[in-house]
Amino acid sequence: MEKILGIESVYAGYNNEVILKDVSLEVFDDDFIGIIGPNGGGKTTLLNVILGLIKPFKGSVEFFDDSKASRNNRIGYLPQINKIDKKFPITVNEVVLSGLIYGSAIFTRYTKSDREKAVETLERIGICDIKNTSIEELSGGQMQKVLLARALVSSPRLLILDEPNTFVDNQFEGELYEILKELNKEMAIIIVSHDVGTISSYIKTIACVNRSLHYHKSNKISEEQLASYNCPIKLITHGEVPHTVLKKHHH
Amino acid sequence: MISELLEYKFIVNSLLAGILASISCGIIGTYIVTRRMVFLSGGITHSSFGGIGIGYFLGFNPIISAAIFGVFSALGIEFISKRSDIREDSVIGILWSFGMAIGIMFIFLTPGYAPNLMSYLFGSILTVSTFDILLMLGLSIVLILVFTFFYRIILFISYDQEFARTHKIAVSLINYILIGLVALTIVLNIKVVGIILVISLLTIPQSIANLFTKNFRNIIIVSIVIGLIGAFMGLVISYKINIPSGASIIFSLVMIFLIAKLFQIIKGKINLKKQKI
Ligand SMILES: Nc1ncnc2c1ncn2[C@@H]1O[C@H](COP(=O)(O)OP(=O)(O)OP(=O)(O)O)[C@@H](O)[C@H]1O
Ligand SMILES: [Mg+2]
Repeated sequence: MEKILGIESVYAGYNNEVILKDVSLEVFDDDFIGIIGPNGGGKTTLLNVILGLIKPFKGSVEFFDDSKASRNNRIGYLPQINKIDKKFPITVNEVVLSGLIYGSAIFTRYTKSDREKAVETLERIGICDIKNTSIEELSGGQMQKVLLARALVSSPRLLILDEPNTFVDNQFEGELYEILKELNKEMAIIIVSHDVGTISSYIKTIACVNRSLHYHKSNKISEEQLASYNCPIKLITHGEVPHTVLKKHHH
Repeated sequence: MISELLEYKFIVNSLLAGILASISCGIIGTYIVTRRMVFLSGGITHSSFGGIGIGYFLGFNPIISAAIFGVFSALGIEFISKRSDIREDSVIGILWSFGMAIGIMFIFLTPGYAPNLMSYLFGSILTVSTFDILLMLGLSIVLILVFTFFYRIILFISYDQEFARTHKIAVSLINYILIGLVALTIVLNIKVVGIILVISLLTIPQSIANLFTKNFRNIIIVSIVIGLIGAFMGLVISYKINIPSGASIIFSLVMIFLIAKLFQIIKGKINLKKQKI
């Protein structure tokens, strides 16, 4: 167990509005963390801080394996799907390959090994058959798999997924989580989800984000615990999670 | 003899202008359409009229001042669009009419009659000078080079800026450069089709191309070819019945669009039949 990321007393937000208050989190290389919380609670904002898309007002975000070789591919990112333009004229293969472009490498072209990596990743996710399809023709579930392949193609140490289970059916969701479980043997995973019930059997720990962060070092959580974490969300259970009646707390 | 020579030069110039317009609009139009920047481009187009007015007033080539004005408006809009506390489209709307207002003010302040004003509004290939052709040639070469050497990075950023940012790519810098090229393309094509119509040269060929291909590079290539056909047809019509080239080119392009759409519908019907539905 090796620590790969440390977030310490971070305050962050947009245009001088503080969204996240005093958030701390440590991520180890075998972690599988589920981030839950209400809409607008700041889950995506927390990911933005980790990804370096927004700078915290206060506090620090530190990556521990800071060697040059690993600096590029330390994070693989799957954005919330509503941020993606579905009509953009680009093929699946082009999307996946773009996951290999970093920083100053804007002149170079894709190498043979880049193309092989893309094919390997597509095979791993099981979507090699749609390699040359344009993304306009994909279903929501296929699109999620393509985005997952793009996040994975650089073999990152930490995989970050923002609600990969939106617009997908139950069967795909199960498939996705099985893939993630397999991937977790090689990398740490942070996944944002609304549906705590389904992910709870795959994740190892839970982080509740509602402006502040409460870390729950188990994958079982009750609605009372959620409420005490200031995170009043409904549990849709599938047997794994102890079900309790939701009590909304007002502070 | 002299009039024949003049006519020959006019035909060559207008053909060259048509070819170069198809190339630059084919490339930049694809970028604009796929990134959903059509309204933004309309804003840049109309605000550059301010530059034309200033050019008239100060007595230098209006295309140069329009280019400066257009590029600065474009950079300004790009700068503002990064701030989430300002509505980008409202700012574009303001700049759109502000540019027009400045243009009209300065043209009225200019003593005497403003020659060729109509040609800036509606396009007139008659007024395309050798200097204009050279500018358009330079622009087309730059665009071809940029979109060849930076193709994968442009595609990457256009598709998902935020993801590109997480990969430490200089997204802002590249956005600024590209929007500057958008402004230059718009301004240098104003002589060919005019301010009012230039946006259609940047969108109709792409819409036609998009009926047949869903690949960024192919959309560029097909748009250029369609632009060439439209420009040629338009020039012939403009020459034959003596109307502004802008109007006849756009008219031709829309006709091509309708034919293409019809062709696509018929093709779809035949495909359905083949599958016996
Ligand atoms: N780019 C932005 N500029 C300004 N405010 C923002 C921006 N993005 C998010 N916010 C605000 O920050 C707060 C937290 O948003 P965030 O996207 O982090 O929530 P979330 O937990 O991911 O919600 P959801 O479940 O809906 O995805 C919201 O109040 C939102 O309005
Ligand atoms: Mg979110």
